[in-house]
Amino acid sequence: MKRSTRILPAAAAALALLAGAAQAADKVKVGLLSTLSGPGSSLGIDIRDGFQLALKQGGGKLGGLPAEVIVADDQQSPDAAKQTADRLIKRDRVDFMTGVVFSNIMLAVGQPIFQSKTFYVSANAGPSQYAGAQCNPYFFNVAWQNDNLHEAVGKTVTDKGFKKVALLAPNYPAGKDALAGFKRFYKGEVALESYTPLNQLDYGAELSKIRASGADAVYIFLPGGLGVNFVKQFTGAGLNKEMKLFAPGFSADEDVIRAVGDAMVGIFNSSHWAHDLDNAANKRFVADFQKEYGRVPTLYASQGYDAARLIDAAVRDVGGKIEDKAVLGKALKAANFESVRGPFKFNTNHYPVQDYHLREIVKDAQGRITNRTVGKVFEAHADAYVGDCKMPS
Amino acid sequence: MTTPSKNDTAPSILDHGLRLRWSVPLLIALVLLPAIATALDEGFYIGVASRILIFALAATSLNLILGFGGMVSFGHAAFVGVGAYTVGILMQDGVDSAWIAWPAAFVLGGLFAFVIGLVSLRTQGVYFIMITLAFAQMLFYLMVSLKAYGGEDGLSLASRSQLGLGLDLADDAQFYYVVLALFVLAFVAIQRLLNARFGHVLQGIRENEVRMAAIGFPVYRYKLVAFTIAGAIAGLAGALLANQGSFVSPSLLQWSQSGMLMIMVILGGVGHLFGGLAGAVAFLLIEEVLVAYTIHWQFGLGAVLLAVVLLAPNGLMSLWRRRARK
Amino acid sequence: MTGILIFEQLLNGLQFGLMLFLLAAGLTLVFGIMDMINLAHGSLYMIGAYLIATIAGASGSFWVGLGAGIVATAVVGMLLELTVLRRLYQRDHLSQVLGTFAILLMANEVVRMIWGAQPIPLNPPESLAGPVELLPGFTYPAYRLFIIGVGLAVALLLYLLVTRTRVGMQVRAGASNREMALAMGTNVRWLFTALFAFGAALCAVAGGMLGPLLAVQVGMGESILILAFVVIVIGGIGSIRGALLGALLVGLVDTAGRTLIPMLFGRLMGPDAAANAGPAVASILIYVLMAAVLFWKPRGLFPAHG
Repeated sequence: MKRSTRILPAAAAALALLAGAAQAADKVKVGLLSTLSGPGSSLGIDIRDGFQLALKQGGGKLGGLPAEVIVADDQQSPDAAKQTADRLIKRDRVDFMTGVVFSNIMLAVGQPIFQSKTFYVSANAGPSQYAGAQCNPYFFNVAWQNDNLHEAVGKTVTDKGFKKVALLAPNYPAGKDALAGFKRFYKGEVALESYTPLNQLDYGAELSKIRASGADAVYIFLPGGLGVNFVKQFTGAGLNKEMKLFAPGFSADEDVIRAVGDAMVGIFNSSHWAHDLDNAANKRFVADFQKEYGRVPTLYASQGYDAARLIDAAVRDVGGKIEDKAVLGKALKAANFESVRGPFKFNTNHYPVQDYHLREIVKDAQGRITNRTVGKVFEAHADAYVGDCKMPS
Repeated sequence: MTTPSKNDTAPSILDHGLRLRWSVPLLIALVLLPAIATALDEGFYIGVASRILIFALAATSLNLILGFGGMVSFGHAAFVGVGAYTVGILMQDGVDSAWIAWPAAFVLGGLFAFVIGLVSLRTQGVYFIMITLAFAQMLFYLMVSLKAYGGEDGLSLASRSQLGLGLDLADDAQFYYVVLALFVLAFVAIQRLLNARFGHVLQGIRENEVRMAAIGFPVYRYKLVAFTIAGAIAGLAGALLANQGSFVSPSLLQWSQSGMLMIMVILGGVGHLFGGLAGAVAFLLIEEVLVAYTIHWQFGLGAVLLAVVLLAPNGLMSLWRRRARK
Repeated sequence: MTGILIFEQLLNGLQFGLMLFLLAAGLTLVFGIMDMINLAHGSLYMIGAYLIATIAGASGSFWVGLGAGIVATAVVGMLLELTVLRRLYQRDHLSQVLGTFAILLMANEVVRMIWGAQPIPLNPPESLAGPVELLPGFTYPAYRLFIIGVGLAVALLLYLLVTRTRVGMQVRAGASNREMALAMGTNVRWLFTALFAFGAALCAVAGGMLGPLLAVQVGMGESILILAFVVIVIGGIGSIRGALLGALLVGLVDTAGRTLIPMLFGRLMGPDAAANAGPAVASILIYVLMAAVLFWKPRGLFPAHG
């Protein structure tokens, strides 16, 4: 080959590299807005810790670019969250946002974030609104759609033969999604359907109503501190001897187990992830998390971790050129990363299609109380709202 | 000392001057603020300034009844909330014109104040405080229960109100100028009101209600009118607040918000014309500055407030006056 | 079944009301005798709960935590009074609002700095963690019964203190006519400090009792503070008897409201709408109750000032 023909491609490549370098950003800024105070704080703290663990494993980089994570507390108030999100977008000019735990807060901060063309990677909140009619190219949920875990328990409760169930959830978008999901797959009778204010911690009134309803099983969706209080009061009132308690993974994970203790043993719950799932990414995650933070991770931590890994993969796939939103969006959609749940893929509405497992809380060989995976409820399960989503391009 | 300088003293002790020597440069600085912020590439702070001015408006309206009328209302945030929800609800129902929504907020704020004042102003002292608090809490819980308007999760506004006139309020700077203009308008209106007979009577009522009644003034009527006007202006502030955050939630009506407004007035100077402005600026600026430095900013804020209580018993504006007298 | 439901709600209402009484008693004395609006009262409740939870956790015993925590909170209350609050007695109510609000903010932050933003656990003692069979087929949590017992015991103690002791007489005198009490030789400074410390101790008891049921978290005092003010206005400022009656009324209305109204609404409109309207109407009822009492008795049920 003549020398000129070898030089030209090299020169072209060098020019392209230079041009690419000139366009690419020099770092990635992520705004992590989560609930870090109050009864819901264990969720937000786990999401944050999971996210930062992934960052640490990557040497402080996302997709090869140095990452700056700005952590902020939304104080579980839509008002405070809105102002903080504003600050993150307008003053700090973050490239990605993540972290919101509660769906009512997600719905309050969502639209302004999308309008500012900032990608939001949800590590928890999965409102049905964003899965269906209000789906948006800037919203990705790496966790689940709100209904999913509850659908799995609904099916489990039916399969186990319970005919009369009392339902309890907080009165906010995720609570509504929860009981809607449960009822979608539960074929028995609903003896009681009760919604409590999101900040209510004393369930005395609800426990009396549950007792009076004559149900043989109780299904609750009470995340974090709410669940802790309920289970303690449920046991305190002696109702655990009369009715079987079921919960989604949210109310039966390591944080609640740590706080409640023995009373949790025997509770069945559903989850898309468990710390004993057998794949390489998960083994590494669980081991490193325990070493770094001294506790077993919850599903919230796994979601924070996966959110970071998704962003990492997307930034890597676009070669650091995160200004091109269309290309970045495609990379996010492709989800070329190894999730701690195994193979991962998004549906057309940017929510995951994945398996849902049944877990039981047991005392393991070392006497620790923890979750053990006992079966699979759904395989490659999509959410019920994807049909309503007409994703604008 | 024989001829009082026209900027420091005024014909009557019940009159309040605009202190043009200081307020005009301040106004000029406020007008230039967006340009300076944009030049420093800190456009975010234009939004912060709008927020401060809106709270200054609400605080000034509270000062009218609390500082100048002696009525300690612990439910003032309710009127701000009424105004905010007026805008929110109208926008949800498709009406986004500022020319309809903002006057509606003003009128509704005044209306609610009139009705609440009708009942509350018959009580005195701590009972007045508790009754105004009770009404505000009732409105708060009412808004929490109305899921059609978002309930506890709040109501997002699709956009800011449409003003027409070639202005786009979605632009932070233009919104800021509109807020500034309205604030100055309301402020001057309040000043004129205070220097008029109405204002003099109101301040007389604050000093000694029994004596004013004995002289023959219809005290209840004056208080009710003042209360209504304050509620109306608070309603307008609420409308602007809804626009600023593009979000309305019941927490705007909570007692802690009323408390915050009261704190701003007390901090700035009860009964000083610029008290509401000074208090809102001090309170919110301290908050904004401290938030950037430490997660424990509330301690600093508390410490400042405590210092003011112990060292400047009549608020920040009283320090100003003391210095001016020297 | 409905009979048991109502009985259970009565017990819950009694339990909540008695805890409110503990808070209201301290508040009404401070307001009635020292004429001071104290917004930091809820902070003492929070500090009490935190101290009890920490000592109980460290010592492994709820009882040790309770006892030591109450004493520690009383000391904190006393220190607060001696350093800051003493200067606010002579000031007008507005300055007191500002000053005690500042203390509220600082207390929240100090707690956050020492214990972190997450709630800390406080568990009831093992002996009280289970149910007790009150009637055949009806079990009620032993812990709630314990709270009721403690509340009644404190109420009795307060009654004896106020009516049968010299200090109590001075307190009553101070509440009904401060100047006269001073003229008759009451040592005001000491009395005020002791009163404040005692009020702080009462707050700690309430915090320790309610901590296991609710959550020991930053800002836990604010929501209950406003109810305490409503209680003392209903009961009459300066009157402990009024505080008790007011607290029981509010406790019952709140609990009944939260159970019965959603049930009623549920029958009329369905669980979703009932869930929204129910708790809100129940809360509104408390304020309507206050307005109604003030309408009928403008100075509260048992005004101390006569």
